[in-house]
Amino acid sequence: MKILNSKTLALVALLAAVILLGCEAPPPESIQNGYRGLQMQTNYNPKLLRESLAANVPPAPIPPAAEGGPMAKDVYKNVQVLGDLTVNEFNRLMVALTNWVAPEQGCYYCHVSDGGFEEDGIYTKIASRKMLQMTQDTNANWKDHVADTGVTCYTCHRGNPVPEYVWTSDPGPGQPTALAPTGQNIASSTVAYSALPYDPFTPFLLQDNDIRVIGETALPQGNRRSIKQAEWTYGLMMHMSDALGVNCTYCHNSRSFYAWDQSTPQRTTAWYAIRHVRELNNEWVVPLSDVLPESRRGPLGDVYKVYCTTCHQGAYKPLYGAPMVKDYPSLQGPIPEGGLAAAAQAAEDAAGAPEDTQAAPAEDVTEDAAPTEAAVPAEEAAAPAEEATEAEEATEEAAPAEDATASDEQADAEEASAPAPEAAADESAPAATDAQAEAPTEQQPQQYRPQLQYPPPSMMRYPPAPLQYPPAPQTR
Amino acid sequence: MAEYQNIFTRVQVREPAYPGVALPPGSLPRLGKPIFNYWIGKIGDAQIGPIYLGFAGMASLICGFIAIEIIGLNMLASVNWSPIAFLKNFFWLALEPPPPAYGLSFPPLGEGGWWLIAGFFLTASILLWWIRTYQRAIALGTGTHVAWAFAAAIFFYLTLGFIRPVLMGSWGEAVPFGIFPHLDWTAAISIRYGNFYYNPFHALSIAFLYGSAVLFAMHGGTILGVSRYGGDREIDQITSRGTAAERAMLFWRWTMGFNATMESIHRWAWWFAVLTVITAGLGILLTGTVVENWYLWGMKHGIVPPYPSELTIQDPALLQGVSQ
Repeated sequence: MKILNSKTLALVALLAAVILLGCEAPPPESIQNGYRGLQMQTNYNPKLLRESLAANVPPAPIPPAAEGGPMAKDVYKNVQVLGDLTVNEFNRLMVALTNWVAPEQGCYYCHVSDGGFEEDGIYTKIASRKMLQMTQDTNANWKDHVADTGVTCYTCHRGNPVPEYVWTSDPGPGQPTALAPTGQNIASSTVAYSALPYDPFTPFLLQDNDIRVIGETALPQGNRRSIKQAEWTYGLMMHMSDALGVNCTYCHNSRSFYAWDQSTPQRTTAWYAIRHVRELNNEWVVPLSDVLPESRRGPLGDVYKVYCTTCHQGAYKPLYGAPMVKDYPSLQGPIPEGGLAAAAQAAEDAAGAPEDTQAAPAEDVTEDAAPTEAAVPAEEAAAPAEEATEAEEATEEAAPAEDATASDEQADAEEASAPAPEAAADESAPAATDAQAEAPTEQQPQQYRPQLQYPPPSMMRYPPAPLQYPPAPQTR
Repeated sequence: MAEYQNIFTRVQVREPAYPGVALPPGSLPRLGKPIFNYWIGKIGDAQIGPIYLGFAGMASLICGFIAIEIIGLNMLASVNWSPIAFLKNFFWLALEPPPPAYGLSFPPLGEGGWWLIAGFFLTASILLWWIRTYQRAIALGTGTHVAWAFAAAIFFYLTLGFIRPVLMGSWGEAVPFGIFPHLDWTAAISIRYGNFYYNPFHALSIAFLYGSAVLFAMHGGTILGVSRYGGDREIDQITSRGTAAERAMLFWRWTMGFNATMESIHRWAWWFAVLTVITAGLGILLTGTVVENWYLWGMKHGIVPPYPSELTIQDPALLQGVSQ
């Protein structure tokens, strides 16, 4: 009985080989991060991990500046943020900054070449001033996210004038106006090539829509969040997982994604991280909309913004946790009055003990070590924002009505659902660019044009507004 | 006889093409001239055709064609009518149900109205095809077991796309038409409702599904194994047990202490297959309507074991004085 002849055998072998080519070579490396036997582990491909480790090495620090000397504000003109540094510290930071951000372009990437260095005539200077303040604010006020590891310009820029990984509101592939964009179902790298909503950033990392969708009661008690809404949250989670190079179980016990008592401490860090990134975008990046040119904008005219990949770039901690900022005291927070040396001296006097302040974060406090300690940030109390509960109420009222008709109504509803510094594409776009992306309302009658390149911003629908189904009859 | 020991079909019965008995007057004709295909003969009967569609079959095909057409054109439109983008994104594209805020109203065509229309025609097509399976069984004078098994699957389909959305008060709860999108929907409903792993009907459905596969392998293996003793006449041996039936039953009795019979094994298989979709439908039906969070439901009823935790963390949103 000849079951297979040699030709068939060769064909089958070839087919099997082709299929196997799509696999990653075993064995994967598993790191346990929870109770045994629960698949609480992160999996790595050793080869890819090696490449990632090699790609995420910070540059060697520049030797510290010589002590003493005059203040930068006394020597240079128009020093608004770093004036209280000594001239040596100031110049050291400028050199570092050039290496991190514009190593090929040099000083004149941010300074006017034929004017003085104090001239503000170039947009990159305004932007980098804002970015310096942002870095200081991050290191001083967002230790729940960045711990004492901190961030520097290099964490995001990695030698590029524009960080390699940024996002803008994504209107999708463009489609006829008769079809409302669903914001999903396209092969997109932003959500790891799932068919989930490909721009979970606008609703969650710019607007502060509620990410939580899972009911917290065993039986239904009025949670009106839909499966579609769950897909938006799922999209954001796919991005986070992809950006950090980890799987779900890095933060969650997958038996119950919502339950905090089942989750790992990393989830607390991630919770702060989402709020942090939201603030980065709203407080620091979007305000630059007036300054940044067309080449730094997306198809809807909104500027390049920050998401997890911007810093993390596939590592669970950016640069695998290399504590870069300890070598750059001038980035550890807003420069205190009178300079760093004076502040350090004062702190030492006050403590009377060799207690480290911002100037020397020697201890290796990791992000995941102490969630409770991380959870009481005094500074953060100062920056409250509306929470989603309010927004929810607003939406529940707005949702059934708003869909019926024109886009203005919907825009209103969306605004109602996101009262915080909305500054979505529709707001920033008209301010900055005049030609493009304007006039969402005017474009409505163009129904009969065969094609529309991109849906106007007002047509973009983000959760929860239209995605939350109407309230149950008894509560309506 | 050793032919049966092969894992592939070795026997091809060839005879003059048989069109079947004459149709009753008033019937639509059978379509197609029979042909024979050697390779089809490897997996089934080598004769292909004729096919009888009749009214229900024709209507079903037309409705199905309309549904597929609506779905396909909507997918094509969603990539701006670009054939290349259509091919590239084919597995990702979908026709989505309306945004949930529309409730059970009929939304504009571009916002889910097409989904409702496509769903209507697809459902009509499936129901007409069911009528066809029922009518063909009656016409051939057989039992209607196949039709009722198909009806069980239709119950599951209707639960997903019609019954549950109506109970929830929104078409937006239904499944999108699309390859990856419906898989993402499947993951999303489990996440949204607190993990289907703790949904007992989900568990039952999986048990029946995997059980079906096991039964299929056991039965197929057994019958092929005893066919050298005439086991291929299995229905005949329900009442007239021969050595094939005796050996097959002894094999299982000696192996696991219990054995089915030539009749009951087919009922086992039928019920396992049917219960797969019935329990699946019940699990979907209860989700969101009766149970909000299956994990918490399992916790409440003691089917979820607690795990020891080194470090229990708290929801930072509940901490006072924390920025949101």
